[in-house]
Amino acid sequence: MSRPLIEARDVRVTFDIRRPSDLPWTPPAQLHAVNGVSFSLEPGQTLGIVGESGCGKSTLARALIRMLPASGQVIWEDGTDLLTLSPRQMLKYRSQIQMIFQDPLASLNPRMTVGDIIAEPLRTHRPGMSSKERKEKVRSVMERVGLLPNQINRYPHEFSGGQCQRIGIARALVVEPKLLICDEPVSALDVSIQAQVIGLLEELRRDLGLTIIFIAHDLSVVKHLSDEVMVLYLGRMMEKACSDELFADPRHPYTQALLSAVPIPDPKIEKTKQVIPLEGDLPSPMAPPKGCVFRTRCPKTQAVCETVPEDRLRGDHHTACHLADQGVEA
Amino acid sequence: MVIDSQKMKSLAEATSREDVAGRSLWADARRRFFSNKAAMFGLVLLVFVTLFALFGNYIAQWSNEEIDFSVMGMVAEQGGPSIANGHYFGTDDLGRDLFARTVQGTQISLAVGIIGSAIAVVVGTIYGATAGYFGGRLDNFMMRAVDILLAIPYMFVLILLLVMYGRSITMLFVGVGLISWLEMSRIVRGQTLTLKGREYIEAARAIGVPAPVIIRRHILPNLIGVVTVFATLLVPNMILTESFISFLGLGVQEPMTSLGALISEGSGTISYGTLWQLAFPLLFFVLTLFGFFFVGDGLRDALDPKDR
Amino acid sequence: MALLDVKDLSVRFDTPEGEIHAVNGVSFSLEKGETLGIVGESGSGKSQLNFALLGLLARNGRTTGQAMFDGKNLLSISERELNKIRANRIAMVFQDPMTSLNPYMRISDQMAEVIMLHKGLSKRAAIAESVAMLDAVKIPDAKNRVRLYPHEFSGGMRQRVMIAMSLLCHPEILIADEPTTALDVTVQAQIMELLSELQREFGMATILITHDLGVVAGFCERAIVMYGGRIMEEAPVDPLFETPTHPYTRGLLDAIPRVDEEQEALRAIPGNPPNMTGAPKGCPFAPRCGFADERCRIETPELLTFGEDRARACFRPIEEVAA
Repeated sequence: MSRPLIEARDVRVTFDIRRPSDLPWTPPAQLHAVNGVSFSLEPGQTLGIVGESGCGKSTLARALIRMLPASGQVIWEDGTDLLTLSPRQMLKYRSQIQMIFQDPLASLNPRMTVGDIIAEPLRTHRPGMSSKERKEKVRSVMERVGLLPNQINRYPHEFSGGQCQRIGIARALVVEPKLLICDEPVSALDVSIQAQVIGLLEELRRDLGLTIIFIAHDLSVVKHLSDEVMVLYLGRMMEKACSDELFADPRHPYTQALLSAVPIPDPKIEKTKQVIPLEGDLPSPMAPPKGCVFRTRCPKTQAVCETVPEDRLRGDHHTACHLADQGVEA
Repeated sequence: MVIDSQKMKSLAEATSREDVAGRSLWADARRRFFSNKAAMFGLVLLVFVTLFALFGNYIAQWSNEEIDFSVMGMVAEQGGPSIANGHYFGTDDLGRDLFARTVQGTQISLAVGIIGSAIAVVVGTIYGATAGYFGGRLDNFMMRAVDILLAIPYMFVLILLLVMYGRSITMLFVGVGLISWLEMSRIVRGQTLTLKGREYIEAARAIGVPAPVIIRRHILPNLIGVVTVFATLLVPNMILTESFISFLGLGVQEPMTSLGALISEGSGTISYGTLWQLAFPLLFFVLTLFGFFFVGDGLRDALDPKDR
Repeated sequence: MALLDVKDLSVRFDTPEGEIHAVNGVSFSLEKGETLGIVGESGSGKSQLNFALLGLLARNGRTTGQAMFDGKNLLSISERELNKIRANRIAMVFQDPMTSLNPYMRISDQMAEVIMLHKGLSKRAAIAESVAMLDAVKIPDAKNRVRLYPHEFSGGMRQRVMIAMSLLCHPEILIADEPTTALDVTVQAQIMELLSELQREFGMATILITHDLGVVAGFCERAIVMYGGRIMEEAPVDPLFETPTHPYTRGLLDAIPRVDEEQEALRAIPGNPPNMTGAPKGCPFAPRCGFADERCRIETPELLTFGEDRARACFRPIEEVAA
């Protein structure tokens, strides 16, 4: 096994929530947005993180790059724990981890030209670079992501959503990062454009050997891009396995329900398939259920589920479910 | 992807290799502003008033301090507006040329308005953006301080300052500037809070751009719209404040004058039949205010992102 | 006779940047009790088409054409008549329920208001009926939850409330505009299941507007594929998904990542969404179409029927595209 590029150990993100009715000395309520998530990711691999809204997937991504305070450890390939670094020390690693965002237009400053937007990481991380070199670099990156370099002086609002996402990708790639975190990069795009961007990401991964953390609520997109997939629910990991295995043999009832709910563009399958119904609503993350957090909606819940399930491991297939060993699908 | 890259190539060849010029949001706003008739009217008014203030003295036949002894004492009869004796706007009660005095009054009023507004822009923007961007305790502390300052009746403080430190024009600038930035800082802080939540700010933070640079490069340019509009509307407010103080007799001191002081004098002598002494300063006062309000409204329409 | 018959409907918007041709000569009909899907990406005109039907266009929009419902042209009747039809006989469910629910009113009051206005029932009876309807959309504990305010419901529950409200007057047509786009997949599955059930139970004709072909496959009998304000293809869903005859439909189906089968690579449709400013020329899809030739860029293909109950707007022969 080669050394992982990034390894998260028991990452937790907790927010203090003050209600308006609280007195100043009332201890704030705690919201565990991410609750003990671990994974390791080898160079060149893609990890997909899936879950519905409120599962903590975006929070986790932001915690990894220190945009939110987190506890636990995030070990980079050189052995450094990113969570213990000072902001100044962290700067060195920021150029190696870049991020692309969900809303392509909103993640670009409307007052800046495309050239300036893409050059921003260079100005931050390579201050010695001359402006001519910088411009050359920006042009070549633009070409790399399928933008015409002569568009360098235009503004974001003059581009379509798909092109804006390409600009976002160009900005992330210009400092040649090792790890790219994609936070729902295609969920705001139309299907035909979505496929273009997925294709571009695949191509870049292959050509540049990028390691990618790909966050999405859309299982089908994740399936397409990921080597390994992690399913989150209420800030906890439900299941993690290599992509093929997770989709062929989902072992956690939540993953099974999630998979069965994805609409399939084929009337013959879609009209006859069985959707596993999930009862009720997502519990409040302020007061998650005791034991297994999924048990309030789980169709297979049992008495044993009132205790916290430990991570069951079969091969590389992690499942946080008491029933995983008994073959839940039966 | 095969078709894609081919298409891209042919498209690239079709379009010239020249860089395409972008159409910035500013250019859009400028276009909207210049096609707004009311705003253009306001702008014409402002240009006229400004030219009058800057170059009026070259046309004036008399200086603002000179007393025309030929009309002194018979102002009501002979001091009226006349081309012949060079008093285009007539004379004031002492026989001084009203044209020259209106020029000077306009200069002072514009200066007070613009400088007061400029102080508000600089101090208010930096203060508000800092409080808004860093948030938390700092924000709380800074904004409470603003609240406290706003709670003090500023006219009272201003009058007190003028009485204590003597009535000087510098004091007037200081006083007006001191209070004008409070409202601005609140507006800027609110705007910064909304900007802070935007994804592009998050993107800049993820890149590792230091906070002062984020404020300068990402927050301030996106604040300019709001700030410009507010500053344009602040200028007439400043002029009004100054006029009010001058009207009370606490503002600019003789032989200097301002539109407010002139209006005050003119309204005092109106019963003697010297209507022009009120009419001309008042005209310029109203033109200036109208100009700024129209331009301010036009800017707001032009810069309003909801239009997009 | 068809329940709703739309003929040559066009929608234009006047903007400072020029005239936007959002919908261009769209014709279709909806039979009693039928489920029709209107599929398209952003800018396809699918939402504007339905706003136009219900007179909900933005103020700078203009509609031409005809939409016959019960012997009346929806596009030319008075606002008052349209209001009556809108509440009673054609109901609409939107993507974001919060925009159509009043945040300051209890659900009970909002629902009762509708019933009292249109059926003349007493408040007590109206609330009882509201509770029954909330039960029908499977809101647990409807009796007590009817007293809540909209923000006290989750997104999925809110959409259920919205559906319950739209069904209060037993409409003949339900138009659902991206009803599940803002929801998570598991919730989406619940809502679509619910809509299917209610559709069978109440027997109303339903128009489902969506960008998601998967949702259409599960819910609709017939589908219309729109692009650039025009209908590209119209067919019953089974043949549409099996043998798409329009290059756009085909491209769209190839571009969708699927959980149920292995795909080598997604085949993206190259290029960018169409610019709708100015009068359209030629087939709107031509600039992105692999089959397009000179003619496609100049002439606009008409929507022609073929086979059983199918229609397509394309110059290329079916065999070539479907192969």
